[in-house]
Amino acid sequence: MNHVFRRLRRVLFLGLLLATPYSSQAADDKAPATAENKDAASASAPAPATDAKKDETPAPGKLPGYFDSSSEDPKKPDYPDATGAKAGTVATPSGISNSDGSPGGDLPSGMKATDLYDRIAHNLFSINVVWTLIAGFLVMFMQAGFAMVETGLCRAKNAGHTMTMNFLIYPLACIAFWAYGFGIGWGNWNNGPVAPGWVSTLGPGTAVLNSGVGIDAQKDDKGAPNGAYKYGLLGTKGFFLKDVDDVSVMALFFFMMVFMDTTATIPTGAMAERWAFKNFLIYGLWIALPYCIYANWVWGGGWLAQAGKNWNLGHGAVDFAGSGVVHAMGGIIGLVGAWVLGARIGKYKDGKPLPIPAHHLPMVIVGTFILAFGWFGFNPGSTLAGTDLRISTVVVNTMLAGVAGALTAMLTLYAKGLKPDPSMLCNGMLAGLVAITAPCAFVDSWAAVVIGGLAGVFVVFSVFFWEKIGIDDPVGAISVHGINGLWGVLAVGIFANGKYGAGWNGVVRDEWVKAAGSDGVRGILFGDASQLYAQALDCAVVTVFGVVMAYVWFKISNLITPIRVSKEVEIEGLDMPEVGAMGYPEFIVTSRN
Amino acid sequence: MKKIEAIIRHFKLDDVKKALNECGIKGMTVTEVRGFGRQKGHNETYRGAEYAVDFIPKIKIEVVVSNDQLKAVLGTICTSAKTGQVGDGKIFVSELSDVVRIRTGESGEQAI
Repeated sequence: MNHVFRRLRRVLFLGLLLATPYSSQAADDKAPATAENKDAASASAPAPATDAKKDETPAPGKLPGYFDSSSEDPKKPDYPDATGAKAGTVATPSGISNSDGSPGGDLPSGMKATDLYDRIAHNLFSINVVWTLIAGFLVMFMQAGFAMVETGLCRAKNAGHTMTMNFLIYPLACIAFWAYGFGIGWGNWNNGPVAPGWVSTLGPGTAVLNSGVGIDAQKDDKGAPNGAYKYGLLGTKGFFLKDVDDVSVMALFFFMMVFMDTTATIPTGAMAERWAFKNFLIYGLWIALPYCIYANWVWGGGWLAQAGKNWNLGHGAVDFAGSGVVHAMGGIIGLVGAWVLGARIGKYKDGKPLPIPAHHLPMVIVGTFILAFGWFGFNPGSTLAGTDLRISTVVVNTMLAGVAGALTAMLTLYAKGLKPDPSMLCNGMLAGLVAITAPCAFVDSWAAVVIGGLAGVFVVFSVFFWEKIGIDDPVGAISVHGINGLWGVLAVGIFANGKYGAGWNGVVRDEWVKAAGSDGVRGILFGDASQLYAQALDCAVVTVFGVVMAYVWFKISNLITPIRVSKEVEIEGLDMPEVGAMGYPEFIVTSRN
Repeated sequence: MKKIEAIIRHFKLDDVKKALNECGIKGMTVTEVRGFGRQKGHNETYRGAEYAVDFIPKIKIEVVVSNDQLKAVLGTICTSAKTGQVGDGKIFVSELSDVVRIRTGESGEQAI
C-alpha cells in the first residue's frame, strides 16, 4: 500500500491545486486514496518524465521531476540536489534585454502555463524552507535561554561550570547528530507513512532519505523490497550527511538538529552543580543515540507513527513538535541522571530538603522569556511549511498555554499558602509551553488554556514531590520537561479536535471521513478513544526506553570517567576545578551549604 | 587609642557617615556583614523546602579615635544610627595598641 500512496500523493495534491496541461487525469483523482479506489487511482498515475531535456517543457502527460522526485536520466539522478535547481524554476522578473536585443527575463508575454507552474512550485518550496530555517534559528537561540535559566537557578560558585555545560552541549550534540544521529533518525524518512496527497514541503530532494531497517520489509509490485517496513526501527542513510547533499535535506537536518539540542541540554539542569565535566563531555556525544532512535519511531516513519495503520491506534503516535520526542525524553534522562548522581551536598539534612536558592533571579526570568520566544519557532516551525497557515493557530495555542501555566503555577502557590516564587512562575510558563508542544496544531484555544493551566499546577506538585522523595533537581527540569512532556503527549489524545492533520501518519478511516468530512487528528473528547491509547503507548515507550537507555549509559559512563565530582570540589565550587575559570572571579563566592 | 566597630542598619550608613564627618572624624572602613542579635529571623519556603532566614544584612563601620574623642563619637553614632526598633545594632569598643600610616611610616595618635 505504501508504494501506491507515495506515487499517488504528489499527483493528487498538486493536481488538486491547479488544473494544468500536465495531467488531464489529475482533476479526476480528488478522492483520498482509500482501499476502495487505490487500484483505479494507481492505473491513472502518469509515468515520470524521462526523455525531456532539462530546460524544455515536458510534453503533456509528463510531469516535472519535483512531482515525485524522479529524474530524467536514471543514470544521472537529479536528487540529492545540492543547489535547489531541481525544485522548480527560480522566477527572474526582468526587463533587461538579452545581448541580441530581445527582451530577457520572465516576461509575461513569453510564459506558458507550465513555466508559471515551475515558478510557483519553486516559490512554494522557498517559502517553506525559509520559514523552517528561521524557525530553527529561534530554536537554536533557546540554548541561551536554557543557559540563563539553569545558571541563574544554581549557585554563583558553579556559574562558570553550568554555563560551560550549556554552551558546549551545542557543539557536542551537533557533531554527534551530523556523524550518526541524523542518519539513524531520518535516514528512512521518505518511507514513512504519510497522508494521501502529502508533498515534501521542503522540496523533492528529501526523497533520498530512503534507507533504513525494520521488521517486515515491504515489497513493490514486482516483489522487490521498496525500502519501507511495516515496523520501522532505524534509518541507515545520511551519516556525516553522506549521499544526501540536497538543499531540502539540509533544511530538515538543521531543523531537527536544533530540536535535539533542546533535549540534550535539559539534563544539564537536573544534574547541575555536581556533574563532572569529562563525564558530561561523553554524554554530549551519546545523547544523539537515544534521541534519534526514539525520534525515528515517532517522526522518522518508525513503528510508533505506524501504530495507527498497523494496530488501529488512532493516527499512531502523534507528537506535533515534540512534547514526547524532545521534552519527555530530556526530562526522563535528567531524572535518571539526577538519581544516579545523588543529591547535592547540603541539600538534605535528616531527610528534610533544604533550600539552595537561585543566585541570579533576573537571569532566570530573562532566560524564561528567551525560551518562550524560541518556542515561537519550536512549535509553528514544525509544520515545516510557511505556506501552511495553520502556523498562526499553533502560535496562539503556544502563547496561551505558556501564559496559562505561569498563572496557574502562581495560583497553586497561593492556594498552598506560599508566596509567588518567581522561579516557580517561570517553571509554570515553561511547563505550559512543554505541554502544548505536542497538541499545539490540533486543539482549540480553550483547550490550550486548559492544557497549559493544568501543566502549571502539575509542575508545582511535581517539583515538591521529587524534592520530597530525595531526587535533587536544581532547576525543576524533571518536572517541567519530563512530567509535562508526558502530559502533552496524552493531551493530544484528549483534546485534539479533528480539524487538522487529515490522514496523519497515513491513517484515513472511512467512518471519520463520512462523519466529519476528513479524518483529522482527534482525541477522546471529540470521539476517538483510540488516539488516546496511541498516546498512552507513546508515553509508555518513551518512559521505558528513556529510563533504560539513560540508566545503562550513566552507569557505563561512570566506569569510563566518574560521573560525580569529589566532595572537596563540590564544596569549593566546580568552576575552577572543572573548567578552570570562575564565573565571578572578582567576588568572594561562597555558599552556605 | 580606641577602635570602634559599629554594626548598623544598611540604610543608616549615609546618616552615620555625615554625622561622623561633622564630628571631625576624617576616615572610616565599611564592610557588609550579616548577623543577628535579638532581631530574630523568620521562616520562608523556597521550592518546597522551608528554611529560617536568620542572618540579616548589616553594615559594619570601623573607626579609630583618640581617647578624648571616644565619648562624643559614640554619642554621634548612636544618635544618627537609631530608629528605636529592634535591630538598630551594636557598637564594640576595643583598646588599640598602635596605628601606622603606611605612606609616611609615622605611628601613634598622629597616624589616626
